[in-house]
Amino acid sequence: MGNVRRRFYFFMKKPAAQLKEKAKGKYDKLDTVLEKYKGRGGVLVKVLQEAQEMYGHLPRELLIHVAYELDVPLSEVYSVVSFYSLFRTKTTGRIHLEVCSGTACYVKGMEDLLEYFRENLSLRPGGITDDEKYSLTTSNCMGVCSSAPVIKIGGELHGEMTLEKLQQLLKEHENDKQTQR
Amino acid sequence: MTSRLRDELKEKVAQTKPEERHILLCGGVPCRSLRCLEVKEAVSDELHKHNFEEKVKVLETGCIGNCKLGPSLIIFPEGVVYRRLKTENAREIIEEHVLGGRLLEHLLHRDSISDELQHRREDMPFFQRQRRLVLKNCGMISPGINSYLSNQGYAALAKALTELTPEEVIAEVSRSGLRGRGGGGFPTGRKWQAARDTPGAEKYVICNGDEGDPGAFMDRSIMEGDPHSVLEGLILAAYAVGAGQGYIYVRAEYPLAVQRLERAIGEARKSHFLGDNILEQEFSFDLEIRVGAGAFVCGEETALITSVEGSRGDPNPRPPFPVQKGVWGCPTVINNVETLANIPAIVLNGAAWFAETGTEKSKGTKVFALAGKVRHTGLVEVPMGTTLREIIFDIGGGIPAGKKFKAAQTGGPSGGCLTEEHLDLPLDYDSLKAVGSIIGSGGLIIMDEDSCMVDVARYFCDFNRQESCGKCTPCRIGNKRMLEILEKIISGQGEEKDLQRLEDLALLIKNASLCGLGRSAPNPVLSTMRHFRDEYLAHIKDKHCPAGVCPELSRYYIDAKECRACGLCARICPVEAIYEVENERVYRIDPEKCVDCGQCQEECPFEAIEGGRKRKKVAGV
Ligand SMILES: Cc1cc2nc3c(=O)[nH]c(=O)nc-3n(C[C@H](O)[C@H](O)[C@H](O)COP(=O)(O)O)c2cc1C
Ligand code: FES
Repeated sequence: MGNVRRRFYFFMKKPAAQLKEKAKGKYDKLDTVLEKYKGRGGVLVKVLQEAQEMYGHLPRELLIHVAYELDVPLSEVYSVVSFYSLFRTKTTGRIHLEVCSGTACYVKGMEDLLEYFRENLSLRPGGITDDEKYSLTTSNCMGVCSSAPVIKIGGELHGEMTLEKLQQLLKEHENDKQTQR
Repeated sequence: MTSRLRDELKEKVAQTKPEERHILLCGGVPCRSLRCLEVKEAVSDELHKHNFEEKVKVLETGCIGNCKLGPSLIIFPEGVVYRRLKTENAREIIEEHVLGGRLLEHLLHRDSISDELQHRREDMPFFQRQRRLVLKNCGMISPGINSYLSNQGYAALAKALTELTPEEVIAEVSRSGLRGRGGGGFPTGRKWQAARDTPGAEKYVICNGDEGDPGAFMDRSIMEGDPHSVLEGLILAAYAVGAGQGYIYVRAEYPLAVQRLERAIGEARKSHFLGDNILEQEFSFDLEIRVGAGAFVCGEETALITSVEGSRGDPNPRPPFPVQKGVWGCPTVINNVETLANIPAIVLNGAAWFAETGTEKSKGTKVFALAGKVRHTGLVEVPMGTTLREIIFDIGGGIPAGKKFKAAQTGGPSGGCLTEEHLDLPLDYDSLKAVGSIIGSGGLIIMDEDSCMVDVARYFCDFNRQESCGKCTPCRIGNKRMLEILEKIISGQGEEKDLQRLEDLALLIKNASLCGLGRSAPNPVLSTMRHFRDEYLAHIKDKHCPAGVCPELSRYYIDAKECRACGLCARICPVEAIYEVENERVYRIDPEKCVDCGQCQEECPFEAIEGGRKRKKVAGV
């Protein structure tokens, strides 16, 4: 097993080194995290979690950087990223929307919320609007089932959603964003 | 509340001095999602305005469990509960009640069945009929260590370390009859014994706080509302099996739980309940939190182990069981949050006390997460063996909006549905298994007549397909094929043969899959086929969805018996899809032209127009 791994790693090492050159200076912040975990086993998930927190998503370049620094094959990094649904490889919009598609929310009509986004913003789960203002994902259950249907807007949970409430909230968030800028 | 009681209460409120008061505000996440923190801030501001912030304390608790009251607060010493609060109510609460001594009747809860005002938690049927052992602290104390200590916290640990040997702890837990609350229902004492008996210098204990079952949120409420009870249970487990290191695996969707547990671990270390030589005894143990990253299968114990080790959460065949070969290859005990939260009380009060509650083979209580189409959603803890009817109708207040109860889904995507005929079934591990469902982690989703059971089966099948890790073929491909058949039925292309195909596939997946996810994935399909075969047949033979959910099978049609041929529908139809049948004096809808706008149904004076997709209308009913 170890042997196969080493050989596999050999093949990707060279391009990784070149790419590393390209990514130089881009992930300085991450390097402090990598320093902390380097050489310890079972840290890949933790590193990726912290990286996503810093950069919002995990582009390919970053994954290569992580693979190189932690000395694990890129394929392994990818297999972890694609396995866990919380890891994102694409950018999110300025306002990220997360609709709960858990059972309670399903029974309480979360599909109407998805339909609203589809019809009004041409936005489907996993997608982002052309102006990169909104992005949308679904989540299995946010654990707030007693207040279903639930939506998370910009990291903030809102329960007992209705279409009116949703429109109101979107407006509020838009105003917030404008005053921030 | 009778008028005499109300007068007494008013008097009591009037006589209490403001500085004798304190306020508990529910800060559970469901309430937070309804902006309870803004209410808390407004209340504090009002107190500040009147210079009372030092005299009247406002404390935030974990989830009290009756989420349909939220945001809510309780004013002590009278114990008056005000519910469904908005920031605007803060002024009157402080000026009128707290400072003025006047009861605010319009903010009291009105019981949906008796139509009476209720002012104390103890008076509400929702709480009255529960027996709260695990949740006893949730919503009653703030989650810090001091509140826990003043409620007999860590007394069980002190007792075990000073008076009991590890074997005696295991014996006590075995005698209590406690079974795992994470879904499997395996006797906890036996699991511990097996781990203790396996040779090995290093052993581990893990608390499974992954709670991946959508619709279940009891573990979250315990971790957030009473984190120290989970820690104490885990430390006792470690003492019993001889573990030196433990992990708490929490799903990433629960940041507040992670934060509360982290704080609790810090507090416990400071008080020498964790670390070297706990309570100056021989025993040392420490804990680490591992945060998941969104994968349902990681709740399964072998997958959880690989995830704790930092890789993809792929499951592995059992045996070897985790108690033989778990994290880093060492014997490992994995227990659910609720299981562990039961342990301190068992050690402290004894096995006999615990075994008084429940049925013959399922002891103690179970926390159910009541959600869906039921009036009082929230957390309900009842003795094992309580009937579904009691939970839904007596505690939950029944189905809202005058609809009819149709089904209750238990055990989430691994479970099945219960129907009207099961309303009087005493719920425990074995009775549910007998009717093709499982108690699971305790999620209880109530559905009314607006839910289509074929679509429910599709929903769960899709869930399992997405969450399948892909390691074994029956689960990876089988679930996809099952989903395709269900989608075919839903789109109106179903044949009767498909039912047999579904059943064959389901049994194959059940028997041949590697881990618990695949082995239980066909359950929702099998169970809906067993209890709602008529509905499947209506989709297949009549091309009609009785609940009006599946768009292709919810077309409008005119009931010829009711139609008086007034012609109104034909005149209002915007696409001219309605025509009069020659020589028959009835109208008919051309399905090719109909755009499902539903205007004809709304306008028909004789209610002759049937069918149509019933929009669920997202609304907080
Ligand atoms: C697909 C699948 C998902 C599971 N998810 C959970 C979960 O989220 N939480 C949990 O406590 N147990 C879950 N379990 C059960 C665990 O494998 C394990 O039996 C349990 O944690 C043991 O604890 P207990 O004996 O205290 O119940 C799951 C099992 C399967 C097959
Ligand atoms: S099902 Fe949506 S929060 Fe649980």
